[in-house]
Amino acid sequence: MTPSAGWTPDQPIVALNDVHKSFGAVEVLKGVTFDVRKGEVICIIGPSGSGKSTLLRCINALVPINSGSIRVEGQEVHDPALDKLELRKKVGMVFQSYNLFPHKTALENMMMAPMLVLKRPKDEVEAQARRLIKKVRLEGKEAAYPGELSGGQQQRVAIARALAMNPDIMLFDEVTAALDPETVKEVLVTIRELAEEGMTCMLVTHEMNFAREIADHIYFTDRGVIVEHGPPATFFASATDPRTREFLSQIL
Amino acid sequence: MSASTQRPAPLAPLSIRTQGETGYMASAFTPKAFSVALALFTCVLLAGEAWAQLRSGGERPGILATLWKWTPLVLLGPPREFGGFALNVAVSFLAMAIGTLGGVILGLAQISIFAPVRKTAWGLTQFFRNAPWLVLLFFVMLLTPYSVRIAGVTIPLPAWLKATVGLSLPIMANIAEIVRGAVNSIPTAQWESAESLAFTRQQTLWRIILPQCVKRMIPPWMNWYAILTMATPLVSIVGVNDAMTLTQDALAAEQLTELLMPMYGLLLLFFFVYCYPIARWTIYLERKYAVRI
Repeated sequence: MTPSAGWTPDQPIVALNDVHKSFGAVEVLKGVTFDVRKGEVICIIGPSGSGKSTLLRCINALVPINSGSIRVEGQEVHDPALDKLELRKKVGMVFQSYNLFPHKTALENMMMAPMLVLKRPKDEVEAQARRLIKKVRLEGKEAAYPGELSGGQQQRVAIARALAMNPDIMLFDEVTAALDPETVKEVLVTIRELAEEGMTCMLVTHEMNFAREIADHIYFTDRGVIVEHGPPATFFASATDPRTREFLSQIL
Repeated sequence: MSASTQRPAPLAPLSIRTQGETGYMASAFTPKAFSVALALFTCVLLAGEAWAQLRSGGERPGILATLWKWTPLVLLGPPREFGGFALNVAVSFLAMAIGTLGGVILGLAQISIFAPVRKTAWGLTQFFRNAPWLVLLFFVMLLTPYSVRIAGVTIPLPAWLKATVGLSLPIMANIAEIVRGAVNSIPTAQWESAESLAFTRQQTLWRIILPQCVKRMIPPWMNWYAILTMATPLVSIVGVNDAMTLTQDALAAEQLTELLMPMYGLLLLFFFVYCYPIARWTIYLERKYAVRI
């Protein structure tokens, strides 16, 4: 996606303004507003059902919103005239249940979208995929099918698959929630490296220690609104809202 | 009751045994089922043979000899003509090909995002799935002309071709349901992850979803092929020289009531020998793919 005219990298790369979303009669987002700057890592935490995953899915237009505005690199995401495919080329997403394509090998999973969608030459895509598989420490697993990999390995392939599109923003939707404790770490290490390289990351997570360590800014959502937010140091030390305090006391 | 006295689950040994099978041939031609079928057929034959010999006082050729005489006709049709069981097989192949092609198109139309296409496809599918095959067969026979003229060339439409089209219609509708069901059985997460990688709907369908469906569709598809093959004697009613028609012709020529059971028994045996391995193979594939999903 070519950034819209007038957008410069010093402006928010993602800007949400009063976003509302309902599924039938249930309003899951009740006016969410926040900005993410280029290179920033933000974590969204909160109880289940508070609309965190929906929020991420709105950003790459997997889910349409009812009202409000979401701008990615200055482009209005829910403008009916917007080319959704152009948006999604710039926004990578990783899911809780990995969602690798089970009939393709790890390398093919990574190569499909760059070749079919971006029409990049096979040699170049394959070279990049091999670099990425090294980056996520899965050398030797190039020819493995998803069913032959552990959860943590599959999730790292899923991250590499999203990175193969050279996105500007990465969305992580509870990517460690389905993993067993030993493999959580290997996935978090991969995400941390990405963050350190300056990738703009938006994470929905339940890993509080990880959020504290990695995030530039933490948002706490409950029942469709952002209740409280701040840099980790202040957020964890001096949350003022009773709902946040209760949630943190249960988690930490 | 102590846990140690409990028996293992009764199905456990069976599942272990089936895992040990390496090829479908091993399971397809279990001698048991074939011996039972052959034993039944032999009993019918011997009983008929004994009765015939008793009645004719040994003057006429035996039942076995008579059956042997007609076997080439029933299997391959009259000399220099295409017919008999070979025609049944040919009709089943062609009807399956037409039905599969139509069924895939109809099945995909049922998941179209364009509502009129989706609803029309749904209506057609329901209509042909719930219609009696024989009525459809008559309908197609009466509806289509004896020949068509395309660009000045007259193309005859032989009865067997019309009958084949008639049989392919219910197959088409059932294959459509298999396709639709298989696509719907793929988790929506697969669509989502393909969408998030900027695949178009067409790319997602053809590159991600359908390749995952093929394995799931093969066993029910084969099942419908066996059902279709067993339904091909229906074409005898509309005047096609298939194995059923020729069996009846042979019986009419012999005028022997004691031949009725052996002749129809032979016909049943042809179908059994052809369809049973397909059924076994289907079961084998169902098991094999069930493990992987």
